[in-house]
Parts: sequence; structure tokens; C-alpha cells
Amino acid sequence: MHKIEAIIQPSKLDSVKDALIQAGVTGMTILEARGHGRQKGHTEFYRGREYSVDLLPKTKLEVVVPDLIVDKAVEAIISVARTGSIGDGKIFVTKIDEAIRIRNDERGEQAL
Amino acid sequence: MKRYRSLLLALLVGALCAGTCLAQAAPQPLTVSNADNAWMLVSSALVLMMTGPGLALFYGGLVRKKNVLSVMMQSFAMMAIISLLWAFLSYSLAFDSGSSVLGGLHHIFLRGVGLAPDADYGSTIPVQTFMIYQLMFAIITPALITGAFAERMKFSAMAVFLVLWAIVVYSPMAHMVWGKGGLLNAALGGAFPTLDFAGGTVVHITSGVSALVCAVYLGKRLGYPKEMTPPHSVVLSFIGACLLWVGWFGFNAGSALSAGSLATSAFVATHFATAAAAASWAAVEWLRNGKPSALGAISGAVAGLVAITPAAGFVHPMSAIVIGLLAGIFCYFMVAKVKHIFGYDDALDAFGVHGAGGTLGAILTGVFANSSINPIFKDAAGNVLPSGLMEGNAHQMFNQFAGVGIAWVISLVGTLALLFLVDKTIGLRVTPEQEIEGLDLTLHGEEGYDHAA
Repeated sequence: MHKIEAIIQPSKLDSVKDALIQAGVTGMTILEARGHGRQKGHTEFYRGREYSVDLLPKTKLEVVVPDLIVDKAVEAIISVARTGSIGDGKIFVTKIDEAIRIRNDERGEQAL
Repeated sequence: MKRYRSLLLALLVGALCAGTCLAQAAPQPLTVSNADNAWMLVSSALVLMMTGPGLALFYGGLVRKKNVLSVMMQSFAMMAIISLLWAFLSYSLAFDSGSSVLGGLHHIFLRGVGLAPDADYGSTIPVQTFMIYQLMFAIITPALITGAFAERMKFSAMAVFLVLWAIVVYSPMAHMVWGKGGLLNAALGGAFPTLDFAGGTVVHITSGVSALVCAVYLGKRLGYPKEMTPPHSVVLSFIGACLLWVGWFGFNAGSALSAGSLATSAFVATHFATAAAAASWAAVEWLRNGKPSALGAISGAVAGLVAITPAAGFVHPMSAIVIGLLAGIFCYFMVAKVKHIFGYDDALDAFGVHGAGGTLGAILTGVFANSSINPIFKDAAGNVLPSGLMEGNAHQMFNQFAGVGIAWVISLVGTLALLFLVDKTIGLRVTPEQEIEGLDLTLHGEEGYDHAA
């Protein structure tokens, strides 16, 4: 099992969600997030005053998938979330030791 | 339902007839025109709407999330507290005959403020209508000041300070410009007749200059200017500004105190000046920052409304557009440049918009006032005299500066003295901990937005 955490542009959420389902992902968790990478922030003007906004609105998506479809899921995210411009986001993949379904105590990939 | 409708129609026709018949008959004693009274009651409601929700939303959107209710509550508190003060005391101080600087005490507790007209305060409406209309001005004026000390003043100190301010600064200023025997009253033969149709000096210079004093006296908000975040909801401010624009028709056109052609003239001037100022502020911003912002456009509109306030009812529509264009540019530079040069934290730009715009408007009123709109000055034989500089009455500029000067001085001195008094007794500022946590939670025990609910 692997966990895929993807930080993406909020506007790409719908297409990323669809692409993941296409790739065989069954469940996911979505979080509204704020942050920045190398992009840093941008400048906003209010009544002639400059404000540097360094935490930008992003969407964070978490899915835990069976080993078999990790690469497929990552590819799916990249294929729709990439615009080629700065601020497209990042994907982190980590190993997961255990998964448990609270309802019936199923374990492992069964529980996903 | 049908019956009510025909009854309503009959009433409306009756009201209109009463309005027109009155003008011809020149009655003695004075009788109430239902048409005029209807307009003045609607205007009164419109001006109240400017404070709540208009100003409350406009200011509320500009602060940080943690302070939105505290700012709205300050405006709303004025709606309650100043109303009571007005009934008990300050209406009398402003509009009883009294001296040339302050009214007397004959009308405390609204004694003698009945349903018959008063020749000097709208001769076709009940004086009680005049009283309630003027109250709405007395409410919004201190509410405007709250923009200067937003996000850092104690609620208790704010309430005491603004009640005292209404007595010490607003009442004499209103009396001098609009009250019987007032020093600056142009309509009733004051010594320095200042043209101020709807309150450029009384409302905007007093509130704006007092706001500047407050901002300097209280000092900056913690973290200003380095760590400040942008306005939390320009959407709220946008709605507020639009309500202000609409409400201002009651403020300016209602100041004709009748539903006649002068009200139309003031209405038209108000609208065009506002449109011009919204356009000019946004245009300057576009040139300087590369983008025309929504906040810029609505700030410009408010600047235009402020600047046209003394002039509406005296100027042609084209003059109104010039006043608006200048106000948008001037107030932009006051807010975007001058404030940062001097470094005071006028949190929501009460001085930059109301003080600066009000001063500019009062001066330009002396330039553009025209007797064909409002024949306010007459010689002993009843012949109409020129009003403003463009019409050949250069002396009026002196009177305008006198009015502006008195408004500045009374606001500077009065506000400074009252702030000192309240600071030494109650204390003005919240603690740093309260300021960091936010005034909504620490002063009012609630939050504007509950994200967990």
C-alpha cells in the first residue's frame, strides 16, 4: 500500500478526481490548504497599499492505493494537473504499513 | 385587497395635490405637505440604511476576520446610543435657537418638537420629521470615525468618547451650519454664510479630521504596517458601498427638506459626482498599479459621495462631474501616498476619504455654486445674488474657508481633549493580548464566522 499526497491547483480538483477514479482509485480525502513552494507568493494591492500574499490557496488530496496501481494513479494526477506553469503543485508518495476499516476490522489492501 | 389599493391611490393623489396646492397658496399658519413629508420619511430611512448595514458592511469587510463584528457593532451602537442622546439632549443643542455657536436647552427630551412645521426647518414637514431626519446624520457622523480606530479600541471607551463627541463637536457644528442663528448658516443669515447643503463640513470634515486625531492618538495597530493582512472580504465592502450610494440620495436630495425640484437637482448632482469619482479613482489605480480594483472603484465612489455632499443642491450636473473626478484622484493620493508618508494608521481611511474629500468638496462648493440652481443669497429687495466664485462671488471662498477652518479646529481641539479625558479615565486601547486574539471574541464573546459549525 502507498499513500499519495498531491497538492494541486484548486481549479484542477474535478479533473484530478475523475482521472483517479478512472485509474481505479476507490476513495480519497480532499483538504482545502494554503501554502507555497518555490513559487512563493504574489502581490496584491488594496487602496494603493502593497500586500505580499505568500500563502496561496491550494487543494490537498490524499489517497491510499494498492501497490499495483500506484504508478497509474500518479500518472493520472500528473496528466491532468499539469499546466506547465509555476504553482502546479507536488506529489508525495509514502509506504503505508497498515489500513483498517473501522466498520468490520478488515485489514490491509482489503480495507482500502 | 382592491379596496386598499384604491384607498392608497386616493391618498397618493391627495398627497400630490396637497404638495402642489401648497406652493401656490403660501399658507399661514404653516401646513404639512404630505408629499414632502413622504419623501422626507423615506429619506430618513435611507440615511439610517447608510450606517446599518451600509457603513457596517463597508468597514466590516475591510478589517481582519477576527474583528468584523467589533467594527459592525461600533456602527450599530451609534444607531442605538446616539438616538437616545438625540432625544434627551443633543437635538436641542444642535437645533434650538440658542447662541450663534450652540443651541439652547428648550427642546431637551423633545419638548416642543411636535407635528406642526417650523418655518426655518422645512416649512412643509412636521418638525418631528426634521428631527428624525437630522438624527440619522448625527448617527452616521460618529460612526464614520470608527474607521480610524478600528481593531484596537475598547468598546466602552469608544461608546463614551463618541457620546461626548456628539455633544462637544457635532452639536455645535450642526448648530452653526444649520441651526437657527448659527454662525455659518447661509439660509438663515449667519455671519459667515457657508454653503454646505448636506453636511460636507458638519458630517465629513468633523468625522474625518477627528478620525485623523484618533489614529494618531491611539497609535498603530500591532504589526502595522509590516504584518497586516489584506481586507478579509471585499465582497462585504462592495455591498456596503452600494448601499451607501443608494442611501446617499436620502442624505443629499433629502437635504432639500422637500420633494421639489431642488431635491431633483441634488439627486442628479450626487449621482454624477459619484460615478465620476469611481471612474477617476479606478483609472489612477489602473495607471499606477496596472489593475483597476473593485476596492478602488468603491472607495472612489464613496470619495465622490463625500465631496458632492456640500455641493449637491448648489451646482449643475457638469460641475458635479468635475467635483467627482477631482475627489477620486485627490482621495486616492491621500490614502495611497500621504498616509504612508506620515505613517499614521488610519485603519479604514476615514480621514483620507471623509476628511480630505469633505474639505475638497466644501472648497469646490464655493467655486461651483450657482444661483440658478439654488438662489440662496438675496439682497434686501429680494433680488438674487450670485452664489459661488465661477458666478462672480469671490467673497464666498472666504466664507467657505471660514466654515472649513472652524470645522477643522473644533474637530482637532474637541477630539484631542475628549480622547485625553477618556484615556485617563477608562483607557482607550485594548490589551495587546486582546488585540492579537481579536476584538470579536475578547470584547463581544462571539465570532463573525464559525468555521466549525
